[in-house]
Amino acid sequence: MSRLIKSSIARKVVMALSGLFLVFFLGQHFVINITSVIAPDTFNSWSHFMGYNPLVQFVLQPILIAGVIVHFVMGIILEIRNNRARAISYAKYNGGANSSWISRNMFITGLVVLAFLGLHMYDFWVHEMAYKYIEGSLEDPTRYYAETVEKFEPIWRTVLYVIAFGLLALHLLHGFASSFQSMGLNNKYSPAIQTFTKIYAIAIPLGFAFIAIYHHLNPITH
Amino acid sequence: MKLNLKIWRQKDAKSKGSMMNYTIDGIDGDMSFLEMMDVLNEDLINKDEEPVEFDHDCREGICGSCSLQINGEPHGPDRAVTTCQLHMRKFNDGDTIVIEPFRAKAFPVIKDLIVDRTSFDRIQQAGGFISVNTSGNTQDANAIPIAKEKADDAFYSAACIGCGACVAACKNASAMLFTSAKISQYALLPQGQVEATERVQNMVRQMDLEGFGNCTNTGACEVECPKGISLENIARMNREYLSATLKG
Repeated sequence: MSRLIKSSIARKVVMALSGLFLVFFLGQHFVINITSVIAPDTFNSWSHFMGYNPLVQFVLQPILIAGVIVHFVMGIILEIRNNRARAISYAKYNGGANSSWISRNMFITGLVVLAFLGLHMYDFWVHEMAYKYIEGSLEDPTRYYAETVEKFEPIWRTVLYVIAFGLLALHLLHGFASSFQSMGLNNKYSPAIQTFTKIYAIAIPLGFAFIAIYHHLNPITH
Repeated sequence: MKLNLKIWRQKDAKSKGSMMNYTIDGIDGDMSFLEMMDVLNEDLINKDEEPVEFDHDCREGICGSCSLQINGEPHGPDRAVTTCQLHMRKFNDGDTIVIEPFRAKAFPVIKDLIVDRTSFDRIQQAGGFISVNTSGNTQDANAIPIAKEKADDAFYSAACIGCGACVAACKNASAMLFTSAKISQYALLPQGQVEATERVQNMVRQMDLEGFGNCTNTGACEVECPKGISLENIARMNREYLSATLKG
């Protein structure tokens, strides 16, 4: 087993599995968020469930945070090792002739997504933790919709979120399909998997961007 | 055809190299790239200058010796050809051509454009073979029935000439296309099954020890491979490796 953990292939598989887990989470996150546009009451009740259910709070949430950390740390390790593998760079490197920009710049798009995650955690998660565990405020199952819409009132935050969703789409366009190849899945089903992952990679970030823009354009009037 | 050449010159493995500029005239479009290099070297020798060292052997696209990075791509801009099969008609009069050695920590430069690719040999020696008794009692390979698709796939994998273009093209200098092709050519055949577990573990371990980078599935290796080795080989290697390691 120790051999497995040290090998280059195992690192690929760890990146793939943690990435797939995060992709799955993203879909679940989107399903909840889109209710803030189509059914605010449902959004409130689902958000309250996610915020106060012990299984979600104390089991699934730590697993999710661990998934992000593993994906990020392994990404850094791979980037360092890959840079070491070519000590002297080419005077001329025509990467565009044989591979996509997206596939060659996963580290950059990943860093942008990570930076966005920091802002996103600050905007919602830190506030939520403070509300529940520091201020000790009482449960209010009706507050989530108003809090979310209020966040998107400033144009700068909406623009930052939309840009980040764009970079997230680029990251997913390569990463989602790539994770299947890393786990050894390259067969007659691969074209269908490629199509599905591409649709998912564009549709989910586009949906998130739509939600952010929708709330910016439809503020709650006090 | 008149060309401007920017060529990496390096006296030996320990020296620091640099790009040098040369101008060459009278190049015919029907010449191969290596014949153009021959013309350059004749010019240099006539001027009492040191000729440019580069690897070559068969000049028929099958030995895998020639290994030039041309204008940022291994074996140049053409597809499914080695440097020796690249023709000068792919370039235009007045072009500037940048010629460098394949770059990777595991492919150290010996001199000028020649790199040491014995790391590939060590990966092969770690398990890229089938142990058989060759004392005269060996069973005829054709006596074992093999499905046509499997035989074809094994043949396509075995077409790898070990030139190193996959490593040179990969932004991570990964050798996974080469290693996976050498693993696949046996993994697909019944003769390769007996030692399959040890083979994939030992070859991947040696690949990692040599200091090659990790595959990030950019697909550059597949595009630049002169023999069209497919990324399916890497997926097969990953499956073989995970299965072998989990089996213990």
